[in-house]
Amino acid sequence: MREERYEAVMGLEVHVQLSTKSKIFCGCSTKFGAEANTKTCPVCLGLPGALPVLNREVLHRAIKVGLALDCRTAKMMKFDRKNYFYPDLPKDFQISQYDLPLAANGRLGILTDGKERTVRIKRVHLEEDAGKLIHMEDEDASLVDFNRTGMPLLEIVSEPDISSPEEAYDYLTQLKTILKYLEVSDCNMEEGSLRCDANISIRPKGQVELGVKTELKNMNTFKGVKNALQYEIKRQGEVLDEGGTIKQETRLWDEAKGRTSPMRTKEEAFDYRYFPEPDLVPFIIDKELVESIRKGLPELPRRRLERFIEDYKLPPAAASLLVNEKEVADYFEDAAGIYKKDAKVVANWITGDIQGELNKRSLSIKELGIKPNDLADMIKMIDEGSITGKIAKGLLADMVETKMNPRKIVESKGLLQIKDKGELDKILYEVIKANPKPVIDYKNGKVNVLTFLVGQVMKATKGKANPKMVNDLLRERMDKL
Amino acid sequence: MKKNIDVDYIANLARIKLEKKESSDFSSQLGDIISFVEKLNKVDTKDTPPTTHPLPLMNVFREDKVKESLPAEKALSNAPDKKYSFFKVPKVIEEA
Amino acid sequence: MPEDFYRFTAHEIKRFISNDETTPVEVTASISDRIEEVNSRVNAIISFDRNDVKEELRRTKDKRAGKLFGIPVAVKDNICIEGRQVTCGSRILKGFRPPYDATVIEKLKKEGAILLGRANMDEFAFGSSCETSSYGPTNNPWDFDRIPGGSSGGSAAAVAAGEATMALGSDTGGSIRQPASLCGVVGLKPTYGRVSRYGLIAFASSLDQIGPITKDVRDCALLLNVIAGYDPKDSTSVDMKVPDYSKSLVNDVKGIKIGIPREYFIEGIDREVKESVINSVKLLERLGAKYEEVSLPHTEYAVGTYYIIAPAEASSNLARFDGVQYGLRKPGNLIDMYKNTRSVGFGSEVKRRIILGTYVLSSGYYDAYYLKALGVRTKIKEDFDKIFKDFDCIITPTAPTAAFKIGEKVDDPISMYLSDIFTIPANLAGIPGISIPCGFTKGDLPIGLQILAKPFNEETLLRVAYTFEKNSKLCGRRPNL
Repeated sequence: MREERYEAVMGLEVHVQLSTKSKIFCGCSTKFGAEANTKTCPVCLGLPGALPVLNREVLHRAIKVGLALDCRTAKMMKFDRKNYFYPDLPKDFQISQYDLPLAANGRLGILTDGKERTVRIKRVHLEEDAGKLIHMEDEDASLVDFNRTGMPLLEIVSEPDISSPEEAYDYLTQLKTILKYLEVSDCNMEEGSLRCDANISIRPKGQVELGVKTELKNMNTFKGVKNALQYEIKRQGEVLDEGGTIKQETRLWDEAKGRTSPMRTKEEAFDYRYFPEPDLVPFIIDKELVESIRKGLPELPRRRLERFIEDYKLPPAAASLLVNEKEVADYFEDAAGIYKKDAKVVANWITGDIQGELNKRSLSIKELGIKPNDLADMIKMIDEGSITGKIAKGLLADMVETKMNPRKIVESKGLLQIKDKGELDKILYEVIKANPKPVIDYKNGKVNVLTFLVGQVMKATKGKANPKMVNDLLRERMDKL
Repeated sequence: MKKNIDVDYIANLARIKLEKKESSDFSSQLGDIISFVEKLNKVDTKDTPPTTHPLPLMNVFREDKVKESLPAEKALSNAPDKKYSFFKVPKVIEEA
Repeated sequence: MPEDFYRFTAHEIKRFISNDETTPVEVTASISDRIEEVNSRVNAIISFDRNDVKEELRRTKDKRAGKLFGIPVAVKDNICIEGRQVTCGSRILKGFRPPYDATVIEKLKKEGAILLGRANMDEFAFGSSCETSSYGPTNNPWDFDRIPGGSSGGSAAAVAAGEATMALGSDTGGSIRQPASLCGVVGLKPTYGRVSRYGLIAFASSLDQIGPITKDVRDCALLLNVIAGYDPKDSTSVDMKVPDYSKSLVNDVKGIKIGIPREYFIEGIDREVKESVINSVKLLERLGAKYEEVSLPHTEYAVGTYYIIAPAEASSNLARFDGVQYGLRKPGNLIDMYKNTRSVGFGSEVKRRIILGTYVLSSGYYDAYYLKALGVRTKIKEDFDKIFKDFDCIITPTAPTAAFKIGEKVDDPISMYLSDIFTIPANLAGIPGISIPCGFTKGDLPIGLQILAKPFNEETLLRVAYTFEKNSKLCGRRPNL
């Protein structure tokens, strides 16, 4: 087996767009989806004579991310120019950070197949985004939109500590979760506010030195990253098995074809001629600033997971599902705060039926519109015996549709549980009359037909009856027959 | 000692096309200039911090406020070529 | 009342206007006539349109309270004025009309200045002779066979020839002071950071400053008062109170301590220039100043340092002229479009410096050249810091010789570069410097004297310059055209 002979070494480079109101060096809006070239100014267009000035909030958010990833924040940072010609780069250099990045030496803990691992973070640095190119189909031309130019980007580079595509996937998921907790980015891969490139090499097991690596680009989903890495491990293994050598190159992932292929090579080796950006001054990041940002950090997913298990006595799997998304975890805590009796019940509803609704409708929990209070009310109604669990499931869908409180819905639809014995008796009588054979079977000792009869009663009451009550009553009636 | 400079490699990095004559003239002139600037090596700068900015300015920011952008017509008013509200350039090849 | 307003200084014209002895219409008419009369010989002004003048008069009608109301100012062809062509004297920017005003232009407009005529310059300010403009060379008004100095040669020649009452230039290695000296006018390079660079098409960002070129020291203070000050759009401009420079116009140098650096009076310096400067210092001594010989030991390295740092920054600043967004575009596939555009669009000297700058930043050479130069730059700065502990100012010749012949140095870059030997150190150190007329050669060519002071001490420059001007009786001598 090839997989046993080789081991893979991977590192990820993630670009995150910070969701500040304005761009990194100018006052243009960062809103996504505007008409082409309507969110530009002399600065982000790189017009001759225009000069950059750093957005303070960008730095603060970047420090926040560095701290959340356990990085050492630089005491002094500066910007550098990375020089290369490309039509989406209006100045033909990108303002980035080279030898004095904002933060470095961090780590991120991940859990893959039940195993805990730490991926070291090499560096976190700030840079400006480039514009967007659209390639024309009917003409040998490309179109350039500079709206994205100058969006604040944070580049997060991992050490080559990732050893499987699954770990890469978990790393990305965990990183996204943290970024969402920090509320610094929308992390929307479709809109490009989160992008990921990967470096990968393989080597025979036991070999110390690294193999030749390839750089993978053009993955548009976390799954895509996983698939591309899986493909690349296989491809590199085949090359080595055939006695070939791996070429150091950039390869593009083709999602539809499910393979990577080399990007058409640029004609020269990269020689970016980095030098300090003379139009921006250096930045001293003092202790007080770092400490005040540290104090303002929210509880991060790791800590929250531990707390959910401890305080709410949740099973780890459920707690983990809840904390993965900050909004969901917040929602859980709100609802559990109202329905204090049993947090596990609340967690089950959220990870079960509510998550189902979210997936079905592709909505976020906020967009779903069921207030934590409404969920708590619904659970209370089950406890009170006003509705059955079965009704509750249907009720949840109604709550999503109507955005109404469950008590109101139940009242208006007459879904209240039938608790009146007299009323129930009438229905039982009808059911027994309509099903003589099962009744005889029951009398002959086939006790399990009772389930069938209960089902018939539930059907007749449209689920409004309490199954246990029906069960007891039925047994009572038939024993008397 | 006169340095030999690979002018063509450098010109390509700078996206400048040089005629043969230009290339050899530049090569010679740049060699002279580089020999001239090499006298800086006589200065001991081992313990001298580099000066990238003439003044010791630090921490200059703007606040995160949105300002009005240029209308697209203005942004595109100098475009050598455009289509819809895009700048148009010769095809950028980046597909595999 | 005179009609030949082109002969007068701005403060004189201001007085005429405020006394209702004349109007901006008459003043601009005089200057416009003068341009039409002499510009074909001087070629200081590269674009002039009487319709623009009308427009400017309309625009400034209600600016009567402005400090420059009705004063015709020529603007160097590298400072952006909204909607007006700016080319840096280069083919590559032909037709480029920026959609914004430089900060200094906003200030001039606010004070009612009449912006008429673009001043010629060395292409992209790369030069000391104003010979490399795509609009052809500017001729020195004192001798048409000679260069006016550069790169702000058009600005200096325009003021000397009466084609503008005052002018804006930019100074990266002497580009204001050297042409002022060669044309017999006053030119001041402010402290780096004193005047906003926003809207100045960058040559070398860490060296560039915009400054006034005027007929006398009083006008210089007047124009500096208008353009100086912090600009939130320029990260490198300094947030510091700007004094009223007109208060520095006192005829008194008693107690002023002048340093005379011996390294500025050695080989290569013209005998007449040397004598003229020494005599000037003696005049100041008679007026109560004290002088002493001092040493700036790293002076000999200044030109070498400059010719690494300036081209390096320029190679990056000029990358954006690529045919994508504005200016010239030559056909071809993407790479060929870049190369054809830049090869046709840039002149020889520009290409030479871009290649030099690209080389010193390229892989393997950065430390040896660029980083080395930054270290030597520190040494040069420290030389000045040391002297200014004990001295109020330093006096040197502005240029080693008076104006040389057109064509004399075009094929010898190093000898051309050495003509900035006395002005370059001030840019490397970021200190302010002024050039004022201090005599004439036997051939009737102006000689200039340079005064340097510590950062943000423009007041000392103006005070010493004003006192010298008042007592030397040189002011007011203009070329016969």
